[in-house]
Amino acid sequence: MSLLQLDGVSLRVGGLTAVREVSVAVPQGEIFAIIGPNGAGKTSLFNIITRVFAPSAGRVLVAGQDITAVPRHHVVRHGIARTFQNIELFDAATVLQNLLLGRHRFPHGGFTAQFAWTPAVRRAEIASRAAVERTIDRLELSAYRNAPVGGLPYGVRKVVELGRALATEPRLLLLDEPASGLNPEETRDLAFWIEDIRAELGITVVMVEHDMSLVSAVADRVMCMSMGEVLATGTAAEVQADPAVIAAYLGT
Amino acid sequence: MTLDAALLQLAVNGAAVGAIYALVALGLVMTYKATEVLNFAYGDVLMLSAFIGWFAMTSLGLPFWAAALTAIAVAGGLSYVIDAGVMRRIVGQPHFSAVMLTIAISFMLRGLAGMMFGPTSRRLETPWSGHSSRLGGVVVADISLAIIAAAAVVTAVLFVLLRTTRFGIGIQAASQNQLAAYLCGIRVKRLNSLVWAASGAIAAVSGVLLAPLALVDISLWSVVLKAFAALVLGGFGSMPGAVVGGVSIGLIEQFAGVYLPDGFKDVSAQLVLILVLLCFPRGLLGEAHGRRV
Amino acid sequence: MRFDYDTSYADAQRLLRHWPGRIAYAALAALLLAGPLVLPKFFIGEAAATFIACIMALGLMVLTGFTGQVSLGHAAFVAIGAYAEIGLLDAGLPFPLALPVAGAIAGLAGLLIGLPAIRVSGLYLAMVTLAFALVVEQAVGRWKSVTGGYDGAQVPDARLFGANIGGLVPFYYVCLAVLVLALLALINLTRGYVGRAFVGIRDSEAAAHALGIWVSGYKVLAFGISAAITGLGGALLAHQVQYVTPDVFSLNLSMQLVLMVVVGGLGSLRGAVLGAVLIGLLPTAISRLKALLPAVAAAQFGLETFIFGLVLAGFVLFEPSGLNGRWIKLRSFFEAFPLYRRRTFVRGKAYASSERHR
Repeated sequence: MSLLQLDGVSLRVGGLTAVREVSVAVPQGEIFAIIGPNGAGKTSLFNIITRVFAPSAGRVLVAGQDITAVPRHHVVRHGIARTFQNIELFDAATVLQNLLLGRHRFPHGGFTAQFAWTPAVRRAEIASRAAVERTIDRLELSAYRNAPVGGLPYGVRKVVELGRALATEPRLLLLDEPASGLNPEETRDLAFWIEDIRAELGITVVMVEHDMSLVSAVADRVMCMSMGEVLATGTAAEVQADPAVIAAYLGT
Repeated sequence: MTLDAALLQLAVNGAAVGAIYALVALGLVMTYKATEVLNFAYGDVLMLSAFIGWFAMTSLGLPFWAAALTAIAVAGGLSYVIDAGVMRRIVGQPHFSAVMLTIAISFMLRGLAGMMFGPTSRRLETPWSGHSSRLGGVVVADISLAIIAAAAVVTAVLFVLLRTTRFGIGIQAASQNQLAAYLCGIRVKRLNSLVWAASGAIAAVSGVLLAPLALVDISLWSVVLKAFAALVLGGFGSMPGAVVGGVSIGLIEQFAGVYLPDGFKDVSAQLVLILVLLCFPRGLLGEAHGRRV
Repeated sequence: MRFDYDTSYADAQRLLRHWPGRIAYAALAALLLAGPLVLPKFFIGEAAATFIACIMALGLMVLTGFTGQVSLGHAAFVAIGAYAEIGLLDAGLPFPLALPVAGAIAGLAGLLIGLPAIRVSGLYLAMVTLAFALVVEQAVGRWKSVTGGYDGAQVPDARLFGANIGGLVPFYYVCLAVLVLALLALINLTRGYVGRAFVGIRDSEAAAHALGIWVSGYKVLAFGISAAITGLGGALLAHQVQYVTPDVFSLNLSMQLVLMVVVGGLGSLRGAVLGAVLIGLLPTAISRLKALLPAVAAAQFGLETFIFGLVLAGFVLFEPSGLNGRWIKLRSFFEAFPLYRRRTFVRGKAYASSERHR
């Protein structure tokens, strides 16, 4: 059974069809890349999976469970974490607090216990901190641990966002243009991390990406979209050689 | 008087008060559209200009028209200075800061008015005070007609200004995207200050016209609270909307005063504001959209 | 420079980790506890009023400072807390029970208001809360059977085990105790997951959703907690003024509360307290100052309003992070001495990004 399965998903906004009848299945443990020109509906697809938008047709299944109609804040409970195209961090908070927010879905003691900071709350906070520190070590963020996120360089902010998504302990990680704005060195680091994430944590990765060097380096399969439709799916080389894909990028 | 005539009378009174709200709302919309700042100090500029008009008439002995023009000029100049000297310093900071700054300015202006003119109420005489005309069976105070006329003139002038002049086009561009307008060679900061000046002038017009209806008094600023309701009802950021909203609030108030229990008249504008925003959280015209992620 | 060498994650959780802080707070506690024994009567009353202001400002800080929802009408919750307190005492509830129940009633009102109010955000929310406060002010004045209307209502004595604790000195300690309890509760709340969720919603709703934070739920919760704390302050305020009329809860009070949190520094509990102390004591300071001024200036009507505006404008323009920001800069100056850099806290300039599309 595939981890993520989209069945004929469509999204119509007003008269415009942003996504048209997209069906795709991503098996557990795959690194799956979505490419396509701007406005192809790639981010819309992510927004449908994370329930920012409700699809006008079709179903989204995660590990066989239908999540097409769950509330937006329940998506993460199904093991889905995402990053955003234009970094969405909590700017006034520190890196540590940002990552701790990723632990929100785990129990932290009762609500009334919060006011009293009971031993149970204390233990839960320590457990969260320990989990977050593992992510900080993995992504080499320890130098920035207590720095407010708002003032960090762009590349670091991207990594913090990745870390925050990992802190939710997802099964499926959706990365929306993880390499945009990164320099080649940072992009190489990112490629290693993505492979590590899959190999060591067993997380399935779906990413929207324009940088073909990253896509070719890490993606098992690539899907190309244009005008809301799937043009081709296959290995990076296959998709790049597909005449429909070439036409979409270069014009006909 | 028959019921119809009574209704008509109410409607005319409401329209006159509503025209004031519309004028105030227009001034608010101007700065909101151009600079995205809701000017909480607007009511105080209005109040101050009413005092200036009164002062010019009684102490300087100017005739009404000269006094009104003085008030308009002073209020326009004051608003220009407020923007150029104070508001401009926090361009680019969160809009909450800008709102707080206008609240600070409103306190300062209110304090200044208190220090200069004291807590007593004054009466401002206009050429229309005490006269009334008969229009199709209803008696209309001349001042009400003057207010409605002034509101119509100001609306028309603004419409022409924004649609046809370079100044107006510049405002429209800057309101869409400040940075892009700046890069296109529009002097955004000076433009904003001019918008503030124009809205200050409108505040003075409404202040001088409102003064004969109420009294020249520190509490005159609170008309801005009614104008907020007009703004919301009119879809926030739309000029024709502000006019329609203002007149509607005026009418609602008049009718609430007659047909609803005591006390509702004073808060009817606020109730309308709450109702409209809770039913249409993004404003009647859907001004605010969801942010893209 | 000071570095923290933590040996366990529990180390990082401790409040007051360093001896200078501990000594400072111990000194402050001693000063506050001993205050009524040495201070003149007038200042004891002023101090109690300041504590109440601190409690109300803390309430607003939860909503505006942490969750980012601006309320320009928090006086409404002060009024609800105050009138609930009067009603409960009249109904025969003992003071130690009536106080938390009054807070809870205000909190409930906050939840009820929050439920629809969270549909709007930003400027719209500010306007809705402002309108709500005006409506409540009017309702309080008109609803004679419950509130005594514009004639006002006498506040029953606060009694603890039969003794009247409404007197100047005992009431000082009551207010201090409530303030300390509220502050501790909020410190705990804000460093836990609820507080983090509030900040998350303030800084990015999209990300908050994606991390599993129930955004509307937490917004309503913030309204409830905020209203409860502010209502608690309102209940104490009723005892302090002893005779309650609707004009106690005017727009002016709402604005003063906003002034406190902005001047104190949004997003910090310390800021709420500092701001409340500054703004709460300003009228007294001004009236003292007037005695020194020549008669012409001292007689001026409106001087107080003007100075309030001046203080607010000064902070918005020159210290947007408020007294708390100033405090942090001062602290880092001494901690880093002599290596302090002004530039550490300088913010970049930018053209405003539109907030219309939020």
